[in-house]
Amino acid sequence: MSESSMNEARFSIGIDLGTTHCALSWVDIGSSDGEQVVLGVLPIPQLTAPASVEAPGLLPSFIYLPHPSELAPGELGLPWTAEQDYAVGEMARSRGAATPIRLVSSAKSWLCHAGVDRRAAILPNDAPPEVARVSPLEASRRYLAHLRAAWDHAHPEAPFVEQQVVVTIPASFDPAARELTAEAAKSAGCEQMILLEEPQAALYSWIHKSAGGWRKQVHPGEIILVVDVGGGTSDFSLIAVLERGGVLELHRVAVGEHILLGGDNMDLALAFSVASKLGSQGIKVEPWQLRALTHSCRSAKETLLNDPAVNEVPLLIASRGARLIGGSVRSELTRAELTTTLLDGFFPPAAIADRPQGRGRGALTQLGLPYAQDAAVTRHLAAFLARQVAATADLEGFSGALPDGASFLHPTAVLFNGGVFKSELLAERMLTAINSWLTAEDAPAARRLEGADLDLAVARGGAYYGYVRRGQGVRIRGGTARSYYVAIESVMPAVPGMQPPVQALCLAPFGMEEGSDAALPAQEFGLVVGEQVRFRFFGSSVRRQDQVGTLLDDWQPDELQELDEIQTTLPSEGRAAGEVVRVRLHARVTEAGTLELEALPHDGPERWKVEFDARGGAAD
Amino acid sequence: MEPDHPSFFSRIAIACGSFLRILGNADFAGRVRALRCGTQPGAAPEVEPASKPSAPPLREAAPDGALQLLGLLQREARFIDFIQEDVAAYPDADVGAAARLVHEGCRKVLSENFSIAPIREETEGSTLTLAEGFDAAAIRITGNVVGQPPFRGSITHRGWRVVETRLPKLAGSHDLRIVAPAEVEL
Repeated sequence: MSESSMNEARFSIGIDLGTTHCALSWVDIGSSDGEQVVLGVLPIPQLTAPASVEAPGLLPSFIYLPHPSELAPGELGLPWTAEQDYAVGEMARSRGAATPIRLVSSAKSWLCHAGVDRRAAILPNDAPPEVARVSPLEASRRYLAHLRAAWDHAHPEAPFVEQQVVVTIPASFDPAARELTAEAAKSAGCEQMILLEEPQAALYSWIHKSAGGWRKQVHPGEIILVVDVGGGTSDFSLIAVLERGGVLELHRVAVGEHILLGGDNMDLALAFSVASKLGSQGIKVEPWQLRALTHSCRSAKETLLNDPAVNEVPLLIASRGARLIGGSVRSELTRAELTTTLLDGFFPPAAIADRPQGRGRGALTQLGLPYAQDAAVTRHLAAFLARQVAATADLEGFSGALPDGASFLHPTAVLFNGGVFKSELLAERMLTAINSWLTAEDAPAARRLEGADLDLAVARGGAYYGYVRRGQGVRIRGGTARSYYVAIESVMPAVPGMQPPVQALCLAPFGMEEGSDAALPAQEFGLVVGEQVRFRFFGSSVRRQDQVGTLLDDWQPDELQELDEIQTTLPSEGRAAGEVVRVRLHARVTEAGTLELEALPHDGPERWKVEFDARGGAAD
Repeated sequence: MEPDHPSFFSRIAIACGSFLRILGNADFAGRVRALRCGTQPGAAPEVEPASKPSAPPLREAAPDGALQLLGLLQREARFIDFIQEDVAAYPDADVGAAARLVHEGCRKVLSENFSIAPIREETEGSTLTLAEGFDAAAIRITGNVVGQPPFRGSITHRGWRVVETRLPKLAGSHDLRIVAPAEVEL
């Protein structure tokens, strides 16, 4: 069915499923031709207060789970349903600020948190037992279902399920998080769904906005760095510009690690700095005041960042009671505080050799989210560019492009994305850091690609991608941004106090395109029928040369990142329980853009799925 | 007998009713013009006290929109809290700090729920000419109001016109009179 209805889809729908906001954009395929694209953004009806429905362009990614007696009957009604017993969007966010134990937030960060079972009802994290929690997967499904309902409400003539849907994800999402996003989208009714990396979506949006002019703005041999700092995550990608047969091509050559660090952390950091200032004056800031403070810090920040003449912005933490003037707390955000907290904290000047302090991904035992331990976006970027120094080494037209002794990959152009860069000062500061690294290696300065739409670019780019992949414009190539490995423990006598050495067997090479199969490795594993088997699983964003079957004996600590374990259980049909079956592990990338692993027995046609989300149903 | 100084809402009703009648009734329009110019109306129409019953009945403005707007202003700008508080008791700095919050919130409510555009695009202070038949509902002439149009004058206020209203839609039987619920922390 998918093939025939794919031709019938009237719209390509791009969904930005963000950590803090969702957005939906569309392209009317039939009315678009070549670079003349009819593209729009769907206003999303949502509760903004009990019984009050408004339709702004963004849907805050929050779910509020109210107490049964908290709201009057009918106050959760939406234009398309009166049955829902939870709120999604603006009302969820504002109401949840006063009652955080019933607020689900940052579901996307939990969805890619390998330390938890993402199918288990664990959110809100700190809810008391009587609150019916939801899983990160279910939360994502609810956001998508809300968007679907909003679409169907606005477009009864073109049902959502019949449209081409593109859901964007951070480029740094691991296979498990990708699969979970695809699963959430499917269960929300996305029949024809494909995943797209957010930095690519931002570049697609830029291409669309240039209306063909991009071909004059970038040239073969260039490397575009996309710096996407959203509400909750920072995401980097490198995209190379090639010329083949007189046609410009774009290749995404590298993506960064997952960094839980975004604009919301910045506003919160400012609020904490003001709160501690008030604390030193003997005024204690209660948790409920922190939200009001965060909010006023955000607008004060924007004022300070956009107007260099202003040195201080007054802040007011409104009282909760009816006495607004008498009961409120006054403070101010000064330029010095802004500089210390925001500029030096998140965008400090950094050398290319600087590295983030501590690891981006926390230990698996962590209860909360593994937020980045180093807040410095500049140091994370330095680490990324240095790690990817060889990203274009094997790319046609790029040999010798990088001078000998270069310590990082030299970008020639930078595209900023995410609400953080609405501040000209922050974008400039980031660009200054990048250019200081380039100057130190005698490379020309990188220029900024202008004209990005910072809030909606990802959704717009998603919709545009759904349109161009039907053959109507340039596509960014690249395939998977990592190679994947499974651990093989060597057979050797146990040495006390020493881990048995591990070899890594490559299952999926770098750059697998959607809808392609990896070769079948020769190595076999003996699996016991009826028993759950777990493998250690690794990904590498730098080992581009490894082929299926490559066996690594040792590697640099930075080269391979250990991902969540993968597991499979061989069903016992037709086989005796306890029997050992020799299997080979086979990788493929689906059309939707998810990685799939299967175990293929040597003596039969069966294919058993290997699960990425190994913690699902696990005892811990 | 109607009061000599109708209330604000009554005036809206009068203005709307008059507007339609001016368009539809040349005779009435002539009398309005005479009234607005301050000249005594012509001989004949004045002696028609019997025509009074034909005045459009005053409409009661539905309170829903007003209540909804009050609720929004309270939610976003703490408007009712601010107005109900006795500002005389506080120094200007405290009132000013609160006013910023109220201002920011009111501005948000205004920009999210209405599209408002000036009626005249000319800068204030510039002179302009009002041709005969100018829209008296949209332009109020003041000062030396004598003679016949065209009038020449300078703009003291550009005026505002609500071009679009998009108040939130309401679900169910929500009681709009509750512009701010009481809050009880458990």
